[in-house]
Amino acid sequence: MHELGITRNLVAIVGDAAQGRRVRRVWLEIGTRSALLPEAVRFCFDVVRQGTALEAAELEIVAVEDGWQCGACGTYAAAAAAGPAEPATACAQCGAMQWRRRSAEELNVKAMEVEPCA
Amino acid sequence: MCVTCGCSSGADVRVEGDAGEHEHEHVLTDGSRVRHRHTADAGAHAHGHAHDHDHAQADAHRHSHAAYRNDAPAELVALEAALLDKNQRIAERNRGWFAGRGVVALNLMSSPGSGKTTLLVRTLRDLAGEFPMCVVEGDQETSADADRIRETGAPAIQINTGAGCHLEADMLERALQRLAPATGSLLFVENVGNLVCPSLFDLGERARVVVLSVTEGDDKPLKYPHMFRRADLMITTKMDLAPHVAFDVDRAERHARAVNPQIRCLRVSSTRGDGLDQWYGWLRALRTIATVPRTAAA
Repeated sequence: MHELGITRNLVAIVGDAAQGRRVRRVWLEIGTRSALLPEAVRFCFDVVRQGTALEAAELEIVAVEDGWQCGACGTYAAAAAAGPAEPATACAQCGAMQWRRRSAEELNVKAMEVEPCA
Repeated sequence: MCVTCGCSSGADVRVEGDAGEHEHEHVLTDGSRVRHRHTADAGAHAHGHAHDHDHAQADAHRHSHAAYRNDAPAELVALEAALLDKNQRIAERNRGWFAGRGVVALNLMSSPGSGKTTLLVRTLRDLAGEFPMCVVEGDQETSADADRIRETGAPAIQINTGAGCHLEADMLERALQRLAPATGSLLFVENVGNLVCPSLFDLGERARVVVLSVTEGDDKPLKYPHMFRRADLMITTKMDLAPHVAFDVDRAERHARAVNPQIRCLRVSSTRGDGLDQWYGWLRALRTIATVPRTAAA
């Protein structure tokens, strides 16, 4: 049930940031330990967005696992390096050495895609 | 969970022995039908998600989604906004409000019927005169619990959440304006009986207490890990009934510590009085720590 209120927050935050422009797509991060069900958010989103700037927007839900994530490209460190200590190796995907700790409790609106200014 | 039909659906709802794709349909209040198809893709981090919406009303359409890293957007705006940011900000404001008045707030959470109110009534009677205490009661309807509290002589305010299943920080903020707790008081916030949603919403409390009664299942800490993971104290209530039920208290506490190694555990009977001294000791210690003036602590 709490997904409905949280989805209202999502639509309010994005609607404010869009400043009147139509929103095409929204990326939402949901940690796998956040007690929020992605499918319930998706269902609520279909209802809550009616009549708002997000009316035609698509919702992309990105699941966040706990562990270390590359700050440059977003690739997760291998499970062997998923402990509390920051990985000493570079990202296998892009070679960067900028790890971010992910707690899997995240509930963040990451970004939105809006229609360009006329 | 669907708001309309209450069904549980989707890849994140795990059903034993069911790993595959499924489909279901909702009929909305206006009579339109919405059809979803879900594919369970466990373990993927950034995953593409495709689904169909079939609307019975002429405008059937199909759309699919691509994972955002592969996509070239028209104009991408980074937001990085926390969804619960508004609640969190109000909770921090409440926390500052409490700190300024030396008020210690506790957030009590449990399933309905675990004995939260009975424990509070006993506590308010036993500790009356030692320090000021007051209560904010959260329930969907009625002021029955606040009435029970007020009979002890302690000030109480009832919040009715209506359809809501938990208290949020702004509800507590409003209640505080009415209740106006005295400086140095202990404030008990009895949340709506629910082991799921209240765990997500910080109210600005000093500590979280989860109450579990022996008439429930001793595996609840494993079934509702979010609640127990974020609690500071677990109180097992109705200990006077323990000889008559299958509930294994050691096992329940072991499960609670498995999901939260820092959790403290107490066992009480509010009617017979078992373990209440430890509960009162815990409350006194919490209150002493919180009300030590900064200059003295430095």
